[in-house]
Amino acid sequence: MKVTVCVWRQKNARSEGRFVEYTVNDASPDMSFLEMLDVLNERLIRGGDEPIHFDSDCREGICGMCSCVINGKAHGPERKVTTCQTYMRSFKDGDTLTVEPFRAKAFPVVKDLVVDRSAFDRIIQTGGFISVNTGSAPEANTVPISKYHSDLAMDAAACIGCGACVAACKNASASLFVAAKVAHLNLLPQGKPEKDPRVLDMVEAMTAEGFGACSVTGSCEAVCPKGIPTSFISRMNNDFLTAALKLRAHSKRV
Amino acid sequence: MKLNANIPSGPLVEKWTRHKHEVRLVSPANKRKFEIIVVGTGLAGASAAASLAELGYSVKCFCVQDSPRRAHSVAAQGGINAAKNYRNDGDNVYRLFYDTLKGGDFRARESNVYRLAEVSVKVIDQAVAQGVPFAREYSGYLATRSFGGAQVSRTFYARGQTGQQLLLGAYQALLHQVTLGAAKVFPRHEMMELIVVNGHAKGIVVRDLVSGKISSITADAVVLATGGYGNVFYLSTSGGASNVSASWRAHRRGALFANPCFTQIHPTCIPVSGDYQCKLTLMSESLRNDGRVWVPKSAADKRAPDQIPDSDRDYYLERIYPAYGNLVPRDIASRAAKRVCDENRGVGPGGRGVFLDFRDAIKRLGEGTVRERYGNLFDMYHEITAENAYKTPMRIYPAVHYAMGGLWVDYNLMSNLPGLFVVGEANFSDHGANRLGASALMQGLSDGYFILPYTIGHYLAQSQVKRPAADAAEAKQAEQEASQRLGKLLSIRGGRTPVDFHKQLGKILWDHCGMERNEAGLRKARQAIAALREEYWQNVTVPGSHDDLNMALERACRVGDFLELGELMCLDALERHESCGCHFRSEFQTPEGECLRNDGEYAHVAAWEFAGAGNAPVLHKEPLVYEEAHLAQRSYK
Repeated sequence: MKVTVCVWRQKNARSEGRFVEYTVNDASPDMSFLEMLDVLNERLIRGGDEPIHFDSDCREGICGMCSCVINGKAHGPERKVTTCQTYMRSFKDGDTLTVEPFRAKAFPVVKDLVVDRSAFDRIIQTGGFISVNTGSAPEANTVPISKYHSDLAMDAAACIGCGACVAACKNASASLFVAAKVAHLNLLPQGKPEKDPRVLDMVEAMTAEGFGACSVTGSCEAVCPKGIPTSFISRMNNDFLTAALKLRAHSKRV
Repeated sequence: MKLNANIPSGPLVEKWTRHKHEVRLVSPANKRKFEIIVVGTGLAGASAAASLAELGYSVKCFCVQDSPRRAHSVAAQGGINAAKNYRNDGDNVYRLFYDTLKGGDFRARESNVYRLAEVSVKVIDQAVAQGVPFAREYSGYLATRSFGGAQVSRTFYARGQTGQQLLLGAYQALLHQVTLGAAKVFPRHEMMELIVVNGHAKGIVVRDLVSGKISSITADAVVLATGGYGNVFYLSTSGGASNVSASWRAHRRGALFANPCFTQIHPTCIPVSGDYQCKLTLMSESLRNDGRVWVPKSAADKRAPDQIPDSDRDYYLERIYPAYGNLVPRDIASRAAKRVCDENRGVGPGGRGVFLDFRDAIKRLGEGTVRERYGNLFDMYHEITAENAYKTPMRIYPAVHYAMGGLWVDYNLMSNLPGLFVVGEANFSDHGANRLGASALMQGLSDGYFILPYTIGHYLAQSQVKRPAADAAEAKQAEQEASQRLGKLLSIRGGRTPVDFHKQLGKILWDHCGMERNEAGLRKARQAIAALREEYWQNVTVPGSHDDLNMALERACRVGDFLELGELMCLDALERHESCGCHFRSEFQTPEGECLRNDGEYAHVAAWEFAGAGNAPVLHKEPLVYEEAHLAQRSYK
């Protein structure tokens, strides 16, 4: 199949970007979208041009590294998949695909389609963990956890940290990402002792990084490759209010 | 050079306990004076970096991905083994030890494997305390499932995302240490060279992949946790960035490379569909718990799978290996699949595939239960193939998955270069000639959480070689060599892309150093790779510059190293005149077509020394002495 790809090219964070059009004549419906870009890149390199830079690693939807907006949708047209799991069979022969990086103030463009998502790591650093040192863990079956809560925690923990939720949100809010981590840890008995400071600190960090607030449009859930529901945002807001009432000031643990 | 594995004395079951008592300690006040570099942030690297920082060492951690959470451990699906015996089904440390050793076809170091089994139980405790949401029973207690090569149910799992969840646990522990100021993480940084001072590893040269800046980071010890080299085959289940370069650069500076020809071909992957593919996708081995593997009895049978009655199906694993059935180890399942396809009984386009059928499981358990156990895998299969595996059987074929070989380490996980420690898949130590399912996660985390933190102190407490300044002559020299290599690659401007060379290398290795090997093929492959490498340095083309994000240049460096490794793999396979585990030499097989080991001459680790560019590598042998285990022919019948 033949497609026209209209790609955002930007040399680095300091320079201006623009769309550049390429034609790919030899795409196959069984190719993934990124394999189509690979084929195009090989052609560019052979011609002495720089390839289109994009992030990807596992190519099976779990590492969270790939991050394109295709025709206005983060991770492309299909639901519950990442960019690397988007196949050319989702498009028609003759289509034009507009490809952009995830756009958000907190995700500056590094080059072409590559963005800097280190803000996510910095949010995790403020509370997205359980402070247990190696060696101090009790025997694993000491604390039974109801299957319901354990499964719910797993639903939240399935987040791959790709940032599509931010890219899709008109406020560039990271609420779904933060809520998923808060829920994963706050739902488990092991995470309870740090429940309150966790939610307060992580929400504060999200704001400080330049992400917007949630206005409940649900666009994040619609593009989330793991289908993480916005009900976790409600849960986070609930935890936040409870914690804020209990602890007057935000608690910095370190 | 005499290889000393430094195995502690005393009975097998007491070695680790005794060793922990005998190793030197570093006092808390002194720990913060020691700088440790950890390269790689997968399960082994992140768990090591976090644990070392907790102890008080000053840790710097590097990864090529944009976040440590994306290391390829994240993609491990099925589970993690531990000898907890929660099922009361007869499991214990000794059984896990023996299964692992036997699974590796008796080519692993006995003392390391026993320690691994011993430590495994603590890994589960640690992960649960970190909030890893393992699957649970309705009682609230932890669930387990069975995996290949074992007759007990000892595999803990978090849906089909066990690697992801364990990695998030280790990553979060690491970031907690970053918050506390004990660790620093440098994403999008790649190790270019190892800095060696007076024979000791004392730092690395790194390239900031965004700015292209090359700099030296010196330290008191260097830990490589850089994963496996399966991508040498071009097509593998590894992530795109997985490579051998960190290990290879260390190898070129003197670290021995052990058993490079031991690479695992995983039986349950989605078959190749086209030439444009850059990787293959694994379907977790856990599927073999409930899926039945078959092909039509007759090569002429081209009916749709649901039209083929049981009487015309050959459930070949159940037929040949009745005791283990579909759960035979990976090497055996892979070879069996290759054989039925070689008999033209393969299914799907090109005939390189076998069915993995869930019809009976769905009948027995209901679709809901099957969905709960494997839903995400069925979804993944559907995305790639557009087929519904609840209705029609999956098609699977073996693909390169894991490297048992790696840098040689002693019992302390230290290479022959003092100060260079190697953990996880990057070392060679625990899986012998074949790794059992759910053992990689166990090993990575055991090394990082519970072994390295004890053994690294033993080195630091007595090392006489001090941490050099970042502008020491050795560092400057290594930096210069790294820059020259980049400059060379950018200046060739030939006619072929790095990927093009990589594909050709992969094809040579897959054809001659893959599931089945023989002398003539390996000789041919060695020559072909040598010629390809020569062409590479004259005809590769890399656009762009070195002072910018340049993924083509990154790839070019890695392919350059793969071309050297590929040749060593063939040499290693050629030298090993026996079949064992994944290493199946067609000249050495039993009348039933199984591996024929030669314990008299080959019960050793083959550790290769780099002897300079253009010179033949030098082979060193570490004899494998079994005090406890009886060397039996592996039988899963």
